[in-house]
Amino acid sequence: MGSFGIPLFPEQASTFAQDIDALYLFIVAVSAFFALGVSVAVVVFGIIYRRRHEGEIGARIEGNLPLELIWSIIPTMIAMVMFGWGASAFYHVRTPPKEAMSVYAVGKQWMWKFQHLEGQREINELHVPVGRAVKVIITSEDVIHSLFFPAFRTKIDAIPGRYTQLWFEASKVGRYHIFCAEYCGTNHSAMIGWVTVMEPADYQAWLSGGGIEGTLVERGERLFQDLACGSCHLDTGRGRGPSLKEIVGTQVALANGSTALVDEGYLRESIINSQAKIVEGFQPLMPAFQGLISEDNLVALVEYVKSQSPSATTTAAAAPTAPPNPPPPGKRN
Amino acid sequence: MLDKLELPERHYLNNGHGLKSWLLTKDHKRIAIMYLISISAMFMLGGFFAAGVRLELMTPRGDLFLADTYNKFFTMHGIVMVFFFLIPSTPAVLGNFLLPLMIGAKDLAFPRLNLLSLYLFWIGIVFFFYALFSGGIDTGWTFYTPFSAAVSNTNVVPVALGVFIAGFSSILTGLNFIVTIHRMRAPGLTWFRLPLFVWAHYATSLIQVLGTPVIAITIVMLFTERAFGFGIFDPTRGGDPVLFQHLFWFYSHPAVYLMILPAMGVISEVLSTFSRKTIFGYSFVAFSSLAIAVFGFIVWAHHLFVAGISTYSAMVFSFLSFSVAIPSAVKMFNWTATLYKGTISFEAPMLYVYGFFGLFLVGGLTGLFLATLGIDVHVHDTYFVVAHFHYVMVGGAIMGYLGGLHFWWPKITGRMYSEFLSRISAIMVFVGFNLTFFPQFILGYMGMPRRYHAYPDEFQVLNVMSSGGSVVLGIGYLLPVIYFLWSLKHGAVAGPNPWVASGLEWQTASPPPTENFVETPHVHGEPYEYTPHVAREANLV
Ligand code: HEC
Ligand SMILES: [Cu+2]
Ligand SMILES: [Cu+2]
Repeated sequence: MGSFGIPLFPEQASTFAQDIDALYLFIVAVSAFFALGVSVAVVVFGIIYRRRHEGEIGARIEGNLPLELIWSIIPTMIAMVMFGWGASAFYHVRTPPKEAMSVYAVGKQWMWKFQHLEGQREINELHVPVGRAVKVIITSEDVIHSLFFPAFRTKIDAIPGRYTQLWFEASKVGRYHIFCAEYCGTNHSAMIGWVTVMEPADYQAWLSGGGIEGTLVERGERLFQDLACGSCHLDTGRGRGPSLKEIVGTQVALANGSTALVDEGYLRESIINSQAKIVEGFQPLMPAFQGLISEDNLVALVEYVKSQSPSATTTAAAAPTAPPNPPPPGKRN
Repeated sequence: MLDKLELPERHYLNNGHGLKSWLLTKDHKRIAIMYLISISAMFMLGGFFAAGVRLELMTPRGDLFLADTYNKFFTMHGIVMVFFFLIPSTPAVLGNFLLPLMIGAKDLAFPRLNLLSLYLFWIGIVFFFYALFSGGIDTGWTFYTPFSAAVSNTNVVPVALGVFIAGFSSILTGLNFIVTIHRMRAPGLTWFRLPLFVWAHYATSLIQVLGTPVIAITIVMLFTERAFGFGIFDPTRGGDPVLFQHLFWFYSHPAVYLMILPAMGVISEVLSTFSRKTIFGYSFVAFSSLAIAVFGFIVWAHHLFVAGISTYSAMVFSFLSFSVAIPSAVKMFNWTATLYKGTISFEAPMLYVYGFFGLFLVGGLTGLFLATLGIDVHVHDTYFVVAHFHYVMVGGAIMGYLGGLHFWWPKITGRMYSEFLSRISAIMVFVGFNLTFFPQFILGYMGMPRRYHAYPDEFQVLNVMSSGGSVVLGIGYLLPVIYFLWSLKHGAVAGPNPWVASGLEWQTASPPPTENFVETPHVHGEPYEYTPHVAREANLV
C-alpha cells in the first residue's frame, strides 16, 4: 500500500494486521489534530501579534486555572483511550489461542532456524498454512535477537536461556519478510528470511516432502534414549527421577515449598539446569545438561516430554506417532 | 538606544591570559566556555559518524563499508552524541554559564568541583579516543548483553570506563547546581521568582544525581562480567541478559529528560523575551519539569515490551508512560498561550524556538505510538523509534541548545553574530531535519529494522530522501560555527541587554566581569516582568 509511489504500509497478512493499522491511524489522526492545532495557533499568533514597533511590550497575562485544567484533563482522557485500545490489542497479539500449532525457532548469529513438529527443519525460511493459528516458540543460541514479521505486525525477542513466544494467523497467501530486529553483531542485517504462507493443501504437500529424521517427537524420543534419561525417569514414578507422564499444564510442587507451571520454559530449564527448581520429594540428582544439548535438540526433547502428556497438549494432531498413554494413576508430586 | 556601545574594560575573558589561566580557572563562565569547545568538537565527530551512516544507506546493499565498520559507525555516533554531547550540552555549557548569573551569585557553590567535573569529562573523552584509535566499538550505544559482555571483540571496556567517568562529571555538576540553587540566590529571589531555566536545571540535576549512579553501577557490572566473567548477565550461569536492559534504561530513559528538560528551560526564557511577556502558567511550567523528572524514573520498561516481560507488567509500564506525556503537553500548551497578545519578533533564537515547537510536537506525539502496546510490538526496534528519538533528542534538545546559544551568545562574548546567516541556518536546520527524519517514521512502520547495514530494495527511496535531507541539516549545523567565530572579532558590540530581556543575567555587562555583578543585585519583582516601567528603563519608550 502507498501513495505517490512511496510505500506507507507493509502488507496486511495476518488477522491482527488490520486492527493494528486501525489503531495506528487513530493515533495518527489524534496526533495530526494536536500538531496542527498547536502549529496553527503558534503561527497565527506569530503573525497577528508580531512586533510592529520597537517600544511595544506584551500584555501581562499570568495564567488561567480553568484552561490549565482543561488542557491537562482532556489529553489525559485521550491518552487513556490510546492506552486501553493499545493494551487490548496487545493482549490479543500476545495470547495464542489454545488450538494454535507450534513451530520452534532458534536464533543464532546470523540465521533463523525453524523446526516443525512434523520434523521439517528450515533455515531463514518458514512455511505456514493460511488461516491457521501458529505459535512460534523462540530462543537463541548466543546473543539476543528479535524475530520480526512486519506483514503480521508482530515480533518478540529471542533470548538465550529461555523461551519466548509469539503467534499469528496468516490471512493471505504470499511470501513476506522475516527480519532480525535486535542488533546482534556483524551480519545483523543479513539475519533475514522469508515466511511463505500457503494454502492448507499445499502446506500438507510441503510437509510430507521432508523430515528425514522423523517427527520432532521421534527425534526427541531417540535423544531421550541416547542420553539415558529413562534410567531415572521411569513411568511408574518409582525411579530416581519423577515420572514425566501427564505433567504438562499442571502445577508441580517444588522442594522449596512453591509451585511452578509446567510449560515449555519449565521443561527447558528442568533439562539443562535441573537444580534451579527441585521437584518436591526428589533429590537434586539430575545432571545439568547445560552446554551438552544444543538448542535444536533441546526443542526435540521438550516436545517429546510434552508428548507424554497427551491430555494437556493440543498438538496431538501434529504428533501422531507419540505412543498412546493411559491417564496416570494417582496424584503426582 | 545608545549611539555607540563598547565592550566593558574588564571582563571574565580578559581577566588573565594564557592556557594556565584557563586550565586552572575556577570561574564557572570560563569552565562553560571550555565545555562549549569540547562538546562542539565532539558534536562534529558524532556528525562525521552520522554522515558515514547516511552515506552507506544511500544504497540497499552494504557496498560502502564492511558490515563491521558500519556497525562501529552507528555505535560511535550514538555514544559520542549521547554521552559526550547531548548529556552535557545545555547544562554544562549554558547552565554552567548562566545559573549563577540568573540567581545573582558570584559563582557556583563549589567552583573547584566544577573544574573537576570538566576534567572528569575530558578523561572520559580520552578513554573514548583510546578506544576509537584502537579499533572502535560495535555494541550499539545501548551496550546490550550478552553481546557486549561475551561476544563483541571490540573495545567495550575502555568505552564503558569512559562513559563511567564522564558520568561522574554529570553527577558532580548536578550536585553543584542543586546546592547553588538552594544556597546562593540573591536577596529577594524566592523560589517562585526563579527563571524557568533554573527550575528546569533543578529538575535536571535531580536526575543527574539520582540516575547517573545507576548507569555507573551497570557499567561496573558489565565491566566485571567482561573482564572476570562473573556471569551476572549470562544465562548459562544463572544470570539474566535482560537484567542489563532494566538497569540500562532505568538510567537511560530519565537521561532523555536530562537532555530535553534544560532545553525546555531555554525555550521558556527565549519565548518570554521575544514576545515580551511573562510565561503563561509559570507554576505549571515549573512543576511540570519536576513531574517529568519524577515520572521519568518509573517508565523504563517501555523499552522492553518485546523483551519477554509479562503481558501485565507491559500494561503497567504502558500506562505510566502515558502519564509522563501529560506534563510535556501542559508545557507545550502554556508556551502557545504565552504568545497570545505578545509582541513577537523573529530573530534567530526565536526561530529556533519555533523550530523546537514543530519538532518537539512530532517527537512527543510519536512517543504516544510507542507507549501504545499494540503498536510498539510492530514498530519497536525499527526506524520508527530512530525517527522518534531523533525528533526528541535532536529536534527538541539540540534546537533548544542552539536557540539558547544564539540567545546568550552576546552575553557570553559581548558581540552579535550575523542576523541574516543565523536565520538562514535556523531555517536550514528545521527543513533539513524534517527531510532527514520524517521519512524514517514511514520506513519504520514499513518494517525496516534499525541498525541495518543493508536492506531490501523497497526501502531505498525513503532512505535516499533521508540522506539528502541530512546534507541540508549538516550545512545548517556548520553555518553557526562560521558566523560565531566571525563574530568574535567582527561582530557588533552587543551591550548588556541587546534583546531587552528581563532576567538578572542581562543586568550586568556583556561579557560579565569575573565576579558576575559589581554589586549583589536585589530582586523585588516577579520573573519575566515586562511592565511599562521596565520598558522605560530599557529605553524602549
Ligand atoms: C541421574 C538421574 C536423572 C537423569 C539421568 C535425568 N534426570 Fe531428569 N530428573 C531427575 C530428578 C531426581 C529430578 C527431580 C529433581 C529436580 O527437579 O531436579 C528430575 C527432574 C526432571 C524434570 C522435571 C520433572 C517435573 O516433574 O517437574 C524433567 C522435565 C526432566 N528431569 C527431564 C529429564 C531429561 C529430558 C533427561 C535426559 C536428558 C533427564 N531428565 C535425565 C533425575 C534424572
Ligand atoms: Cu539477530
Ligand atoms: Cu524511554
